Amino acid sequence: MTMIFGVPLAVFMGQLLLGLINGAFYALLSLGLAVIFGLLKIVNFAHGAMYMLGAFATLLGMRYLGINYWAALFLAPLAVGLFGMVIERVLLRRIGHLDHLYGLLLTFGLALIFEGSLVNFFGVSGARYPTPELLQGGYQTGFMFLPKYRAWVLLAAVVVCFATWYMIERTRLGAYLRAGTENPALMQAFGVNVPLLVTLTYGFGVALAAFAGVLAAPLYPVSPTMGSNLLIVVFAVVVIGGMGSILGAIVTGLAMGLIEGLTKVYYPEAANTVIFLVMILVLLLRPAGLFGKEA
Amino acid sequence: MTFIRKTLASSIAIATTAAMATAAQAEISDGAVRIGYLADMSGTYRDLAGPGGLEALRMAIEDFGGSVNGAPIEVFSADDRNSADVGANTVREWYDTRNVDMVAGLVASSVTIAATKVIEENGGLGIVSGSAASSITNEHCTPNHIHWVYDTYPLANGTAKAIVDQGGNSWFMLTADYAFGHALEGDVSRVVQESGGEVVGGVRHPFPTDDFSSYILQAQGSGAEIIGLANAGADTVNAINTASQFGVVEAGQQLAGLLVFLNDVYAMGLDTTQGLLLTTGWYWNMDDESREWAERYYERVGSMPTMVQAGIYSSTMHYLEAVQATGSDDAQTVREHMMRQPIHDFFARNGRIREDGRMVHDMYLARVKSPDASTHEWDLYEILTSIPAEEAYRPLSESQCKLVQN
Amino acid sequence: MATTQTLTPSMKRERRASLRRNVFYLVLIAIGLVAPFVAYPVFLMKVLCFALFACAFNLLLGYAGLLSFGHAAFLATGGYVTGYLLASYPALTPELGMLIGTAAAVVLGAIFGALSIRRQGIYFAMVTLALAQLVFFFYIQAPFTGGEDGLHGVPRGHLLGIVDLRSNLAMYYFVFAVFLFGFALIQRTVHSPFGQVLKAIRENEPRAVSLGYNVDAYKLVAFILSAGLAGLAGSTKTVVFQLASLTDAHWHMSGEVILMTLLGGVGTLFGPVVGAGLVVSLQHLLAQSPLGNWVGPILGVIFVICVLSFRSGIVGEAMKMYRKNFK
Repeated sequence: MTMIFGVPLAVFMGQLLLGLINGAFYALLSLGLAVIFGLLKIVNFAHGAMYMLGAFATLLGMRYLGINYWAALFLAPLAVGLFGMVIERVLLRRIGHLDHLYGLLLTFGLALIFEGSLVNFFGVSGARYPTPELLQGGYQTGFMFLPKYRAWVLLAAVVVCFATWYMIERTRLGAYLRAGTENPALMQAFGVNVPLLVTLTYGFGVALAAFAGVLAAPLYPVSPTMGSNLLIVVFAVVVIGGMGSILGAIVTGLAMGLIEGLTKVYYPEAANTVIFLVMILVLLLRPAGLFGKEA
Repeated sequence: MTFIRKTLASSIAIATTAAMATAAQAEISDGAVRIGYLADMSGTYRDLAGPGGLEALRMAIEDFGGSVNGAPIEVFSADDRNSADVGANTVREWYDTRNVDMVAGLVASSVTIAATKVIEENGGLGIVSGSAASSITNEHCTPNHIHWVYDTYPLANGTAKAIVDQGGNSWFMLTADYAFGHALEGDVSRVVQESGGEVVGGVRHPFPTDDFSSYILQAQGSGAEIIGLANAGADTVNAINTASQFGVVEAGQQLAGLLVFLNDVYAMGLDTTQGLLLTTGWYWNMDDESREWAERYYERVGSMPTMVQAGIYSSTMHYLEAVQATGSDDAQTVREHMMRQPIHDFFARNGRIREDGRMVHDMYLARVKSPDASTHEWDLYEILTSIPAEEAYRPLSESQCKLVQN
Repeated sequence: MATTQTLTPSMKRERRASLRRNVFYLVLIAIGLVAPFVAYPVFLMKVLCFALFACAFNLLLGYAGLLSFGHAAFLATGGYVTGYLLASYPALTPELGMLIGTAAAVVLGAIFGALSIRRQGIYFAMVTLALAQLVFFFYIQAPFTGGEDGLHGVPRGHLLGIVDLRSNLAMYYFVFAVFLFGFALIQRTVHSPFGQVLKAIRENEPRAVSLGYNVDAYKLVAFILSAGLAGLAGSTKTVVFQLASLTDAHWHMSGEVILMTLLGGVGTLFGPVVGAGLVVSLQHLLAQSPLGNWVGPILGVIFVICVLSFRSGIVGEAMKMYRKNFK
């Protein structure tokens, strides 16, 4: 058997693939954060809570409204996105003119409210969401058993990530968005409704998080605290990629998944920590992140 | 500033009772029995004990009649937020300002170890129902607390031994990387080896971990027959879920959950957990007596009780009976009486409290039912055998407890 | 008489203000001295420890404009080092243990500071968060911390080998003295030329650079000072509660100290004290009430309200009102 640093090749390949799948989650979540940061300059601490709300919307939609998984893929992000827009209109807008750190603090407070309240209604054990029938079972690849659902997650996340990238970099709406990021006052002068753009952007960013939440529902127990531990890892991903960089968020997300996957083989105890180590190294060498522009 | 007023009032109360205490040793101090319930009410262990445990405690007091020899029974509770300093602090305050007689609940092991140190300093009495660490009545034992429901020793012992006896000889350990996980891993490895099995590999995962796919893959690669889960709570739930997605059981490996509670199995569902072997201190559907109590609990809380919640009721009853019999709420008087009385109720069979504070009672080896065999949503376990009290727990001859003469 | 005549009106005003300030301080100290007879001393000690922690944090955020999201690391380091030393070497007196614990936090602060002070705003917050996560990982792994179980059985011991700290009252006065020392140090720092330069950097960094100040060095010193005082708070806390646990190292603790400071008033001397007092009391009261399960959401609501309409915090708003109505 071929060995790579003492690990059989098959296991090694399997770990890389699993790392990539986790990376797809990181990419989706950090993409949303990056989009929001790009235009609003807010570090959205409520992003983990939005991911959690996406999963809960899926679960409760099935339980009480009979909405199936495929419908939830669209409806849950839509619902959470609209909710996010309300938050932007009612709360975030009022502090838009202040230091961006206030945005971080406000969303931190929101996360505490959402998570703490849901704990009181649903407990913390979490509930299970069934894997959709079409995606049950798995493929016996040469080196591992790959559950169909995980393959689907990878596919769906990568497609959505690159569609988002395409929309922002290649379409007219995206051009407005990028211009709004550069110079909102000028855009307003050109007759673009910048406040509306901001609202839509926030809604879209959290909808991406909710989409990740729907994808996660059949994989992990749906619980109010599912987003809070993921959140700071995703922050690290965004910082490594360069705050506000769309491509940076996607590529770094996938890459960090791989690095974490390898850590789980060679030094599993440090799997939760390795990303922070990478982040410190990157910031020492490239202060604006891998894909960021120096301010 | 009610806080200050309360503090003042109770300081005066303490001063008065201190003056009276010397005169009347065998009486209930300041005319009331005060029970403080300390548990995680909002975090990871909420569903295991939490608000449900408090309700069980209240049930015990109501069933007892609300008073002992004419002295009313008061209950107060606090959320320890799984933090040792919050827990220790709350208990210290209960002694300094509220004259607490018994501290109940006590869930996260770190909180329990910190809290029992405070209880010992104040010469009080604590009954630990939720904690898993067997060190609580081993190196951390005190003459001021009793450990009621279970600990890691019988869990490892019962489950691992039963599995090796059934032919599960080679083990792969999936261990949460902190003191509790290491201790559990050590216990299991020892039992496996003593029973003739072998631990062929293992991996230590960070605490907490959401995604277990990588570790499950490593476990699959090891070729071991049994994957032992030396973790708890959300980690165990995640590991079992992931194993189910990767078809671990279909591929011929078996999972051994070492610390799995009823609420975990309920949350994961039978599809995922069927066939899982586990050791438990009690199960609501194990006989008529248990069922009768559990159904009363269900009506009040809306979910079936875990062994911890049942244990809180059982231990509170035993405590109150001792207070009644001795006519005193002095910690040592009551504890001595509790130790003399065997415990035999809906919860504990062949129960007795040892000198190290460990309440030993029969434990049960259970298997999670398949969805077809389950008749309703809480019909989750099938009890396979019972493990006699004297075999289940760590023998006193191996104890490092300062109260045990070896 | 003769001297007062030579004072200009502005000097008189200055003198009156400083007199008022001194009286104010004396009253507060008097309250601090009487407090343990009115309220529960251990609770007060907790408030004082967190107040010192928040003051240390505020020195950085309020006066140097740096938002650290990793201050829990210093609190925990002070606590663990002190706790470990006092528990393993019974001959060591508590003040020596605390001194070494504080020194450890200072060293850690120097490392954190050296790696982070060149970054600004969000990046600074994120680097400190990442470093604190590494420290958290270290404390989970290191055997001496007891991992999840925590470090228990730290003796309070005898202060200077003489005063028995097992008495809550003696312990309280010691903690109060430590707090006063920390507070006075921060007060002196803020009003010193060094503090003035820090404020100048906060307001306009490029300008401070062009005036020839070595901005990074100033920030680094402020960071180390803040880390050391946070470590002192952690050391004190460990001696009071006789334990150290991972709660202090978790990133939620870094968030909590921000809340305390923000609620009381960023950049005011007393704000963090008031904020810490309020947050600790709130947690304390809620934990034992029927609303106990709602501590998280309630803190969240306070956070949101603070950011939306109370940005100068309680002390900041009070000072604004005072200026408007009495001057």
